[in-house]
Amino acid sequence: MASQARQDNAALAANTTPEAVVVRFAGDSGDGMQLTGGQFTLSTALAGNDLATFPDFPAEIRAPQGTLFGVSAFQINFGSTDVDTAGDAPDVLVAMNPAALKVNLPALKPGGLVIVDTGEFTKRNLEKAHYDASPLDDDTLAPFTVLKLDISELTMEAVKPFGLGKKEALRCKNMWTLGLALWMFDRRRAPLHDWLKAKFAKAPDIAAANIAALDAGHAYGETAELSGPLRQVHLDPVPSEAGLYRTITGAEAVSLGLVAGARLLRLPMFFGGYPITPASAILHHLVRMKEFNVTTFQAEDEIAAVCAAIGASYAGQLGVTSSSGPGIALKGEAMGLGIMTELPLVIVNSQRGGPSTGLPTKTEQSDLYQAVYGRNGDAPMPVIAARSPGDAFYCAIEACRIAVDYMTPVMLLTDGYIANASEPWKIPDPDSFERSPVEFLTEKNGPADADGNATLLPYARDAKGARPWIKPGTPGLMHRIGGIEKQQGTGNLDYSPANHQAMTDARREKVANIAVPDQQVELGQEGGKLAVVGWGSTYGPIHQAVRRVRKKGMDASHIHLRHIWPMPKNLGELLKSYDKVLVPEMNTGQLKTVLRDQFLVDALPLNKVSGQPFQIAELEMEIGKFFDGIPGDEGGEVDPNTAQLPNPVGVEK
Amino acid sequence: MNAPAKIETTLKDWETDQEVRWCPGCGDYAILKAVQRTLPQLGADPANTVFVSGIGCSSRFPYYVESYGFHTIHGRAPAFATGIKLANPDLDVWIITGDGDGMSIGGNHTMHVLRRNLDCQIMLFNNEIYGLTKGQYSPTSREGTRSPSTPQGSVDHPARPCAFALGSGARFVARGFDVSKKLPEVLMAAHAHKGAAFIEIFQNCIVYNKDVFDDFAAPKGAEDRQLWVEHGEPLLFAGGTKGLKMDEGACGLVVVDVADGDWQAAGVAVHDKANRSLAHMLVELPFGPYPMALGVIYDDPRPTYEASVLEEKARACEGKEPNLAALLAKGQTWTVEN
Ligand code: SF4
Repeated sequence: MASQARQDNAALAANTTPEAVVVRFAGDSGDGMQLTGGQFTLSTALAGNDLATFPDFPAEIRAPQGTLFGVSAFQINFGSTDVDTAGDAPDVLVAMNPAALKVNLPALKPGGLVIVDTGEFTKRNLEKAHYDASPLDDDTLAPFTVLKLDISELTMEAVKPFGLGKKEALRCKNMWTLGLALWMFDRRRAPLHDWLKAKFAKAPDIAAANIAALDAGHAYGETAELSGPLRQVHLDPVPSEAGLYRTITGAEAVSLGLVAGARLLRLPMFFGGYPITPASAILHHLVRMKEFNVTTFQAEDEIAAVCAAIGASYAGQLGVTSSSGPGIALKGEAMGLGIMTELPLVIVNSQRGGPSTGLPTKTEQSDLYQAVYGRNGDAPMPVIAARSPGDAFYCAIEACRIAVDYMTPVMLLTDGYIANASEPWKIPDPDSFERSPVEFLTEKNGPADADGNATLLPYARDAKGARPWIKPGTPGLMHRIGGIEKQQGTGNLDYSPANHQAMTDARREKVANIAVPDQQVELGQEGGKLAVVGWGSTYGPIHQAVRRVRKKGMDASHIHLRHIWPMPKNLGELLKSYDKVLVPEMNTGQLKTVLRDQFLVDALPLNKVSGQPFQIAELEMEIGKFFDGIPGDEGGEVDPNTAQLPNPVGVEK
Repeated sequence: MNAPAKIETTLKDWETDQEVRWCPGCGDYAILKAVQRTLPQLGADPANTVFVSGIGCSSRFPYYVESYGFHTIHGRAPAFATGIKLANPDLDVWIITGDGDGMSIGGNHTMHVLRRNLDCQIMLFNNEIYGLTKGQYSPTSREGTRSPSTPQGSVDHPARPCAFALGSGARFVARGFDVSKKLPEVLMAAHAHKGAAFIEIFQNCIVYNKDVFDDFAAPKGAEDRQLWVEHGEPLLFAGGTKGLKMDEGACGLVVVDVADGDWQAAGVAVHDKANRSLAHMLVELPFGPYPMALGVIYDDPRPTYEASVLEEKARACEGKEPNLAALLAKGQTWTVEN
């Protein structure tokens, strides 16, 4: 049985080189798995493989050691072809303790390789992981290829010369494991050595011990290859566009994009934030970019963070605030004021599982309604969604531009997955972006009054429907603004029915007419059997799933929205050119509802709210159901004349 | 930041063409006039002055002052003011708030703007009632206040704005009342103070909480119950016939009679505006047995928030060029060649 399973392992045990490999490092939250994963990611990028990662850590800061809920994991998918997702089932699982094994084993591919640290499989740890008997002794691991190593002991041995205490010595375990992983995938150790030396510059002993552990893990691989199930895998670099690359997380990309966006507009940036997972990382990044004329403000609460940002915008800077769902909810009233007073503001929402506190460290894209509709009154606001960590950079620039061009708050949606995940990113040339310095109003803009004096119209509108931006401190332009309905033009209080109608219409039209590029088809063509429409971080899995089904001859196309509000003008016609429209989302069907409302198309939902991203395979299966019994679903060309597609059963969950 | 040039203006220059919409006889009118009288004396520049308010009767104030004005949302004026001041520290920022706005829904922001010591003037109009929403009791209403939401009389204990301000770390605390002739003087002192200056102004809501401050603020006959404190002067009231003495045993102030103006003989304490303990005692004096302490109770500046933020920013930027290309390429990079 076990030997049979072993032969099934296509990726690693067989003597072929796979296109892509998925590795998951799992351990106790104190084991440094995120760090290990992060460094492995960097070495993968340096080796020229394409990659995508998925960090998955507990909400608790110091969860009790060895428990199931304290398990922290980092998954990376890398390969010699384009990689868009963190991968489905891992080919390799590194389990640093019984709890990590228990939590992550179900995900492992049959026949996959599992590396366990036997040193941690003590009676106590087994109990904490709710194992009655050691899974190393029974047939729990039978379907897999198993490498049992006493990593604890091997690490202790390797760092012995440095005279560390037991606790400190064991801290080097993750580096030992990383060393082994580096060997497995034929990676260079030198960048890691440099990194460790820099990281522990103040404690050269610790640096040396970690390097020794890393080298020992690497050396172990070499030796084990001769005797055990291990073998080295080399993945060729992905041929990619020439240029300078780095890895980037979504949180970094948003921060860089905001800085770039403000600079292109020649504006100082003001960032108001309040600590919340997973949005805090943006504050942490921006606070280190002050030389770009960035002021950061950690406010007393979410409300103060957005209010201060609006205050800064009022005073002539680009106000930015960021949070996650619960914090965004608190900012709602202030966003309404931003819409009412027509001031620029960028709001970044790194979405997480909800409602309420929900799943703080898990990903979801369930704040679309909140972004588009979640304010009192008719309060239209543009919404942009980033599809990947690197894309978040461009989305942030776009958000800044729209906010200022149209004098409006703009919401930028990312999610926990995008915020934390990293991918290789081709570094753009900042000079390639269009600069459009902001012009503030400096002189009265209204017609002369009866005495021939010029007048001021703070709510006069330009061709785009935007009002002028007037900085306090400007001589002669004193005026008052606020949340009460304002008279057209003058901005004076005015509750009259006709005026409210006119101002509501003006605000609506301004946002509805924001220039948004026409919607493109990512993969496939305009018209056909099935459009798979996504937004945000589902880009990767949808793209790969559509790619796979198309290879099988199914006529499915991938459409991915960046502009959630207003939507591209051609979107309705585009969607109507397909027989069926399927909308996979990590929520219960929010974009689907908006599409139905906007275009009267029969958009069908495909939903997942487990806190985990879609897997390519599950999407592939669901898409495949649309083609059941249709000629061509077994491969080959799609017959464009095929009859009406059936409605697959079980899509709506 | 340079001290702004003084501008010549008159009271008229600070009036807008907007119709004032407070109830006739409301104390807000007197406060508005006091402010419009004070601004020319300060040499304030309308173009450089910003009035920021929250929600409530008092928060309509900015519409009536010919300067920049931002009527924001309920309780949050201090947060907007913080963004404004950090974006442009040269602006002269006045926050207008009320007991509901600043002590209830916005209590948190009041606390933090004081703690941070943002350079601004905070005028809290205390009328001990929610006026704009038609008369519900407020966090400063006295126990037993009958209102639409407390027909049997309120049961909760009132907050004391000045004690709250001191507890939050305020470096300037003063008190006045709407029709007082001394109000401009208090406002001048608040403006002269670099940092957050907190001024509680008792304000008569003649519709929903009429004359509740008459015991010390009535136009006639209440002077004896006012104690206008002045730095370096004895704490005297009732025409100099009474004073406050420090009772070391009780660790507090007691009322003593002063015979023939000889306050020294009576042991009357001298006001020291930099004495924080004394300030705490003065703002906590129970009115009735004691007079109402008014004027500049505490004034002891320390560095302002925006100055510290700017300083820190300057330090962080030292020797760094804002090179965007370098920023984007930070960390480990690799080159792909074709
Ligand atoms: S309700 Fe009271 S506080 Fe409000 S305007 Fe009327 S009198 Fe003034």
